[in-house]
Amino acid sequence: MNIVASHRRQGPLAAIIRPRHASRYAPLTSWLLAFPLVATFATGFLYPLSKLVALSFANGAESYVRLLEDFLYVRVMTTTVATAAAVTVFCILLGYPVAFAMTRLRGKAALITAACVFIPLWTSVLIRSYAWIVLLQRNGLVNDFLQSAGLSDQPLKLLYTLGTVVMGMTHILLPFAILPIYATLRTLPPDFARAAANLGAGPFRTFFSITLPLSLPGLFAGAILCFVLALGFYITPALIGGPGSMLMATLIGQQTTVLLDWPFAAALSTVLLAVALLIVFLFRRALSLSKGFHSVH
Amino acid sequence: MTLILLFLILPTLIIIPMSLSTTSHLQFPPQGLTWMWYAAYFSDPDWMAATWFSLRIAIATSLTATTVGTLAALAIVRGDVPFKGMLHALSMGPLVVPHIVLGVALYLVLSPLQLTGTLAGFLIGHTVLAVPFVVITVMAALQRLDPALDLAALNCGANRAQAFIHVTLPNIAPSLASGAVFSFLASFDEATVAFFISDVGGKSIGRKMFEDIDFNLTPVIAAASTVVVFASLFLIGFAQLLLKAESPQIQTGEHDQ
Repeated sequence: MNIVASHRRQGPLAAIIRPRHASRYAPLTSWLLAFPLVATFATGFLYPLSKLVALSFANGAESYVRLLEDFLYVRVMTTTVATAAAVTVFCILLGYPVAFAMTRLRGKAALITAACVFIPLWTSVLIRSYAWIVLLQRNGLVNDFLQSAGLSDQPLKLLYTLGTVVMGMTHILLPFAILPIYATLRTLPPDFARAAANLGAGPFRTFFSITLPLSLPGLFAGAILCFVLALGFYITPALIGGPGSMLMATLIGQQTTVLLDWPFAAALSTVLLAVALLIVFLFRRALSLSKGFHSVH
Repeated sequence: MTLILLFLILPTLIIIPMSLSTTSHLQFPPQGLTWMWYAAYFSDPDWMAATWFSLRIAIATSLTATTVGTLAALAIVRGDVPFKGMLHALSMGPLVVPHIVLGVALYLVLSPLQLTGTLAGFLIGHTVLAVPFVVITVMAALQRLDPALDLAALNCGANRAQAFIHVTLPNIAPSLASGAVFSFLASFDEATVAFFISDVGGKSIGRKMFEDIDFNLTPVIAAASTVVVFASLFLIGFAQLLLKAESPQIQTGEHDQ
């Protein structure tokens, strides 16, 4: 197998210009291949983020103290976590049946289901948030329907509430829950369910003692993905949320665009960044990122 | 089940009747049909400037992200470097860092250099955001490809570059192209980072839409959205065809990872 071994030169230089194994690139080539990514990410990712963290400490820990002492900000943080948790629960509850159906459906029904999952995924978040405004505004479709059906005398305030934000975010993040669950379900051998049925288990028993436990890794990955994405969501809460539904991201937006308090915005961003990274780090094995995201395509 | 699917798809589809409706708010059944919002979109210099600016950014991003991402995927899958895991983790980083955090951070760097609202500024930010999609697609293609093919080429006297150009590249080309499409869309549809690094002189279509939705809600947004959605779906369909074209060639050789 070691094809190049016979004509390999000795010495330290040879070690970096000759591959150790014929099916791999030499260390020098590998470094050159990796260089554009390292350079791009150093300038456009790592440096900006470190500058952000540095700015948050511009006045010492003052910004962080303010963040923890003011009841208002503590409440924004708890609302953000609670909202993300609610969105995650809804995404899993609504997403699991769709993922399950995707593994069972064939032909046209399968195609339609896939279209319903993938078309929203590749439609801009802006456009989907705008659609909710159109549907839910004072003279929107939903209010028109409620009034003509006699369910309400006057237009209801459906927009700019925390409930609407949760619904809008659930709508946008649902495919991110469906796809990892689908990816796991698809790999389960149908023999397991058949064996359970053979042993006398009904469809419910089969699902709850065989299929569901075996699909937990996908469910877990989908849940973490939804939670992390929901924590930092900006566009949807900014457009369809109101003053009562201030989240971390919208607070950062307000600090930077209206109040221009950059050190404080940087501190808020750093907290958000740290929480997101911590969750991903803790659950990195469950997430196995590239796998979960590959199913997105 | 059907209800969940309707919940997923309806809000996206609702913009189509909205963009054709004669009234400025959506009514059902629609009062009448008109193309006037489309005419307004295509004749508004502000919308057109934002659209062309975003197109230029997306094309440039697609080129840089595909190049950078493909080279990195080669280093991760076929390379001989320590810290491969870290390189992989770094390339996935933008997927987990909240976009608003990256938007604020990029503004802090680009603003003093007066690069906000410029093609260069957007190119840096959007390339970072798009690279993970390319790395994922190309890595998957490389892992499916039997490394013995490369060895066979080397055995036949080809050098590394020739083996790459004549053997590896043709085999991963469909994935590479679909990675390019995904990075184009990742840039064109991106709104949060664009919100922070736009300025009065240079606005992406995402920023323009955000402003219009926030300040003057007119069906022009629906018309613009419909155009964008159909263009995106067309591109995605194209990418799916490319990936399908690749699947008959899937190699079952042992993985090199």
